[in-house]
Amino acid sequence: MDDSNGRKFQKELNGGLVGLVLLAVLAESDEDLYGYEIAKRLANANDGTSIFKEGTIYPVLRALSAGNLLTSRIVPSYSGPPRRYYRITEQGRGVLAEWKSIWRGTRDFVDRFTETEHSDIGHSS
Amino acid sequence: MNRSAPRSIDQYLRQLREELAGSDSALIQDALYDAEEYLRAEVAAHPDKSESDVLELIASTYGAPDEVAGAYRDTEVKVKAAMATPRKEAKSALGRFFGVFLDPRAYTSLFFMLLGLPRGIIYFVLVVVGLSLSAGFSVLIIGVPFFLAFMAVCRVISLAEGRLIEAMTGVRMPRRPVYQGTATGFWARIGEMLKDPRTWTTIAYLILMLPIGILYFVIAVAGLSVSLSLIALPVIGVLAQAGWFGTGAVEVFSTAQPEWVFNTGFGIPILGLAGVLLLTSLAHLARGIGRLHALFAKTMLVARTVSSVPEAAQSGAALPAH
Repeated sequence: MDDSNGRKFQKELNGGLVGLVLLAVLAESDEDLYGYEIAKRLANANDGTSIFKEGTIYPVLRALSAGNLLTSRIVPSYSGPPRRYYRITEQGRGVLAEWKSIWRGTRDFVDRFTETEHSDIGHSS
Repeated sequence: MNRSAPRSIDQYLRQLREELAGSDSALIQDALYDAEEYLRAEVAAHPDKSESDVLELIASTYGAPDEVAGAYRDTEVKVKAAMATPRKEAKSALGRFFGVFLDPRAYTSLFFMLLGLPRGIIYFVLVVVGLSLSAGFSVLIIGVPFFLAFMAVCRVISLAEGRLIEAMTGVRMPRRPVYQGTATGFWARIGEMLKDPRTWTTIAYLILMLPIGILYFVIAVAGLSVSLSLIALPVIGVLAQAGWFGTGAVEVFSTAQPEWVFNTGFGIPILGLAGVLLLTSLAHLARGIGRLHALFAKTMLVARTVSSVPEAAQSGAALPAH
């Protein structure tokens, strides 16, 4: 019961965050990346386990691409179907900057309530 | 939900397809493509492990089939909602009838119909040349490679046709080619291709595009020229009265038959009105044809999923062969 509650909350949180993280990863990268590579980068940054299921990044990549925030090209691969490599567009960088500041604001706001157990919220009232 | 976890890539893809049953067939094709890219890369990245060992962990990394299916459905809904241009729906029947002129799909569908003829000719020539050369070459050593190259071209065209149809009519079509799988051998791959009904429906579609394209082209050109000339009649009549075309033009109008139309003063405006009605009907017709054609293309060009047979049968029943 606890577990499913936690997963549900995580899933709701991830809704917009996946797009933000994907844009950030692609903005940091010097080269074009394909889905699997991005998934592995996310997992490696978090000791091998990604916060989101890696399968959920593919539809988001396609959605970002459809919104002109990413461009993509197809490269044949030996291990499977041709890979789609993504690169961030100028428009994508603009959106990323905006989303980043929104995220910082949200994070700071949430932290104010959740980080300090004995914060001044209780005292002031 | 509680079925056994997939132990091979094929099993995983089959379960994902079952989870997505009932979704748009183009979405299913994309989701399967993405999953296959990931799974094959994951297996290739762990050469020391067997496929089933790799798949055992897949639910915690890539996600179980039902989770992934949910992600595709959610994202698709959001993107569709975000990209759709809000349209004011006219309430009155008259408003709905003439509202078609505000719908960009009407114009793009009409353009799509005009494109039908050149596309039909190109596809027809390509298929006829490709098939007959394949048959001719079949006794030579280059016969089989030639046929494979021909089929590859057909697949690319069918993907491009899908992109064009989605751009023109707004009906979702695949954004990824169908991945043919890593068939074990050259001959096995050819066998698969010959057994795949989609190979033959694609060829049939490309051939049928010639008569269908001609029909679309004729409807579009005839409809446009008749309705536009009817609309132009009153304008030209007024200009002729004003002496813009010299004195001869008035005479043309005054001697034109039948006399009650051209010489009674209200016949020509009625013709102009008829032209407007005809043009509006043509716009409705174009939009309808665009939608129907997209469904037709989908049944012919997009892979039929095994598990969604009941759904496919339903839409197949609603879709008489054009």
